[in-house]
Amino acid sequence: MALSIVHRATGIALYFGTLLLAWWLIAAASGPSAYANVQAFTGSLIGKLIVFGYTWSLMHHLFSGIRHLVWDLGYGFKANEREALTWGALIAGISATVLVWIIAYAVGGGR
Amino acid sequence: MSGPSSMRTPLARVRNLGSSHSGTKDFWRQRLTAVAMVLLIVPVIVVVIMLLGRNHAGAAQILGSIPIAIILLLFIVASVWHMKIGMQVVIEDYIHNEKLKLASVMANNFFCIAVAMASIYAILKLSSGV
Repeated sequence: MALSIVHRATGIALYFGTLLLAWWLIAAASGPSAYANVQAFTGSLIGKLIVFGYTWSLMHHLFSGIRHLVWDLGYGFKANEREALTWGALIAGISATVLVWIIAYAVGGGR
Repeated sequence: MSGPSSMRTPLARVRNLGSSHSGTKDFWRQRLTAVAMVLLIVPVIVVVIMLLGRNHAGAAQILGSIPIAIILLLFIVASVWHMKIGMQVVIEDYIHNEKLKLASVMANNFFCIAVAMASIYAILKLSSGV
């Protein structure tokens, strides 16, 4: 498995994704029309795809990062442990993304 | 002083100096902010989900409440610090031209500080209820 480059790629995606987060917070602080613009964007198909990609990047980077913290502590270096940690991070990242979106749709009706 | 005639070995000269010339501080801070975000991620997701489907007035009221503002401020500081270090590692790995590298590291700092200040300002403004 060569997932370390995915950790780096999702990190870079999240780096630029903070622009969306900052835009959203500034819009909330600016007023109703600015906030409506953000909602129109995040409600559009391309906006939803970007936010979904952002969610997966965040979840994958989180679990892949926990894997790195385990390695930092000196555990999980055997071949089978490395495989298990890597697959675990991949599966947990996808599962958490789907779970968050299911909850989001249940609570906020997809907005 | 550290030329070919120096008494100091190459290892002694570079010890504690990482490629960013700041040693292990960044390594530690990367882990510190990572663990902080592991702790903060669930509250932050809960806050974001609370905001879904609300209009501006509802969202502004939630974002301006004290515990939520503090959670978001902590998350912004941790994430921006983390991504500043991470991007610097990427720059140092791939950009080998010294001047371009310095310019990129500088741009990285500017970007991260601007994102942090804009986000923090927005939350403080929402908290002050103006």
